[in-house]
Amino acid sequence: MENNLLSLIIFAPLAGAAINWFVGRRVRDERFVGVVACGAVAISTLVAFYLAFKPDGALHSEAPLLDHIWTWLQVGTFHADFALAMDRLSGTYALFVTFVGLLIHVFAVGYMHGEQGFYRFFAFLNLFMFAMLTLVLADNFVLMFVGWEGVGLCSYLLIGYYFDRKEAGDAAKKAFITNRIGDWGFVLGIMLTFFVTGSVSFFANPAAGEVTHTALSFFQTRPVEPFTAGAIIAGGATSIAVLLFIGAAGKSAQIPLYVWLPDAMAGPTPVSALIHAATMVTAGVYMIVRCSEIFVHAPTAMFIVAVIGAATALFAATIGLAQNDIKKVLAYSTISQLGYMFLACGVGAFIAAIFHVITHAFFKALLFLGSGSVIHGMHHEQDMRRMGGLRKYMPITFATMAIGWLAISGVPIFAGFFSKDEILWRTWSAPAFGLPSTTFSKLLWAIGAITAFLTAVYMTRMMVMTFWGQERFRDAQAHKQQEPDEHHGPVEPHESPWLMTVPLIVLAVLSTVGGFIGVPYALSSAFTNRNINVLEHTLEPVVATVPPGIHAAEPTSLPGEGAHAPENAPAPVPEPVAHEHSSEEVTAERMLAGVSVLIGLLGIGVGWYLFKNRPLLQMPRLLENKYYVDEIYDAALIRPIESGSREGLWKIFDVGVIDGLLHSIGEAVTEAGRLARYLQAGFVRGYAAIILLGALILIGLFAYLGFQNITPP
Amino acid sequence: MEPQLSWYLALSAVLFTIGVTGVIIKRNVIAMFMCIELMLNAVNLTFVAFASFFQDVIGQLFVFIVMTVAAAEAAVGLGIIIAIFRNRESLDVDEASILKL
Repeated sequence: MENNLLSLIIFAPLAGAAINWFVGRRVRDERFVGVVACGAVAISTLVAFYLAFKPDGALHSEAPLLDHIWTWLQVGTFHADFALAMDRLSGTYALFVTFVGLLIHVFAVGYMHGEQGFYRFFAFLNLFMFAMLTLVLADNFVLMFVGWEGVGLCSYLLIGYYFDRKEAGDAAKKAFITNRIGDWGFVLGIMLTFFVTGSVSFFANPAAGEVTHTALSFFQTRPVEPFTAGAIIAGGATSIAVLLFIGAAGKSAQIPLYVWLPDAMAGPTPVSALIHAATMVTAGVYMIVRCSEIFVHAPTAMFIVAVIGAATALFAATIGLAQNDIKKVLAYSTISQLGYMFLACGVGAFIAAIFHVITHAFFKALLFLGSGSVIHGMHHEQDMRRMGGLRKYMPITFATMAIGWLAISGVPIFAGFFSKDEILWRTWSAPAFGLPSTTFSKLLWAIGAITAFLTAVYMTRMMVMTFWGQERFRDAQAHKQQEPDEHHGPVEPHESPWLMTVPLIVLAVLSTVGGFIGVPYALSSAFTNRNINVLEHTLEPVVATVPPGIHAAEPTSLPGEGAHAPENAPAPVPEPVAHEHSSEEVTAERMLAGVSVLIGLLGIGVGWYLFKNRPLLQMPRLLENKYYVDEIYDAALIRPIESGSREGLWKIFDVGVIDGLLHSIGEAVTEAGRLARYLQAGFVRGYAAIILLGALILIGLFAYLGFQNITPP
Repeated sequence: MEPQLSWYLALSAVLFTIGVTGVIIKRNVIAMFMCIELMLNAVNLTFVAFASFFQDVIGQLFVFIVMTVAAAEAAVGLGIIIAIFRNRESLDVDEASILKL
């Protein structure tokens, strides 16, 4: 089904970026730039909603909406088009990306007021929307990679927006280079996919003709690979999945490639909200869910994903506990929540991962924008130790951020509760597919639960330090006054303009009710008999499911064929049964939900008790210094590479071999010329002697060889 | 006694050798110039001797070409010599060893 409106979703922001870049820089009118940027994203949003929700739209039909824009690469059997596709998964993604993006654009108009590079900021922000939507709506791996690199580029440009500050430039480079490592894995994964399956497309396009299977459907008929370490290098589904996961780990800031994300907070706050919390960093999750068909055939890769995800969640949460920069807390919180999403992917709960992506986009964008509002009101003060008591001064920001706080802590009815609970439940009940045993899934659940507790604690700490307690900013400002170049006088914190508070309110509403798109059966069944899990219902047909039970037992199992949900498949059940919720399961899930509510409330309580009266409580140095990971990387990787490059590549190879070779060629020519110069003494008689010598040699040669051809008549 | 071909060739060789020796050992540019003329005429002698011996007119025609070229060369050469003399007041070729005055 061709639908040319689809291209409008990606090209409207591109046009906005072009207009702002070429026209906006001359007009230099904030209203013009703001209207163009927001208008472009608004067009995308409207079109995305129309295409997704119209009667035969992407969220209702089985077949994806396809839009073949042009044939891009066709080499032999390799075939990659600039083509878009909106199916249930990419449609869902496009909806929240455009909508949250629109809100953040509006917020940014207020936040960036008076900045020098106003037009530049919005040109890049629109360019980012173009790249992100290309990534999401891409019809094949190669175009997805274009979007993938595009968002990386925009991330680089926007982190380094304040390019006159060294730390911003360094952070931008760090983000870009760290992502390169991940992209290396992604590119290799794409290549391997092509070699194994002969295709890079996600969707079969009947109009294009011959394609009989796609990169994903190829695996449907394949047996599940064994759960061994050897499968990683065997060159099959497991190898592909691991390589793709390396790419995802780079983009989504997982151990060991997470280090760029906290530094990325050097960019303006709307950028942190849009790129480094709500959309771009979840691209890794999207990619894994898109390729779920590959992952469910690779239990080893699933295991790696689950373990890395759980480890990242816990690790980042502990660091978040001890940060004093309000944005750093949120950055580590983002890493931790991304770890949750990967944990969900690893245990086969792909829908839960997407659910958490969506709710996280709402409440984390809310928290980031709230922190932006605080920073704006505090005249660019980010250190929470110099805040406190802001509740009185910024009531709207406080109220909305409080909702975000409750949502991320997992308090019931707020969005975060449902998605986090869903992930914990799926982890608890995960089949022993990508995991050595079902005991292991309990262990992962425990890690997730501890993380949930820590999340509640550090978010409470952040709220308490910012909004409650003594007003510490006056002392801090009095202190700052002594610094010579501080140009503003003592300032009162103030509430932000409506351009900033309206997006906050909208996001707060979404963070409150957003969870109801995915209420699990176990909870909804207490009130109604209908299964109201809209999200699961929508995504089920396009997401592969993990075969239950023992690894690779039945090669003919058809994951993704039937409409069955992974939560129906605890380990001992041999075949998944569609939509049957046994009463024991419902009871277990309700109990776990109760446990996670308790954990969340306990975390808030502990945080409140610890920090309410002592907001400046000294946290462990190890945590405050982020486990010295940056220092370790610096000593273990960066220094050796630097000194190796300087001493080895530069001083030996470049100076010695390359320059040496060129210099010796030049010297050889000079030397030969110096020798030949003796022939050119300038004495006429010398030349005459040389000519004579030559003539004599020639005559001698003739005399010696004889004059065979000369005969007298 | 009828003159033999070898007599002419021997005379030509002697003249040519005198010319070569003169070019190499003389420093006076006029003398060198005259030696070059001597060499050219030694060659001319060879040409006419062989033309007579082989009864072939081409050899004699060639002599005219050589004489024409020699005349042109003499004109150019004398011009250069005069120019050098005017600038240096000297006819020693060893002094004119660099490509400038």
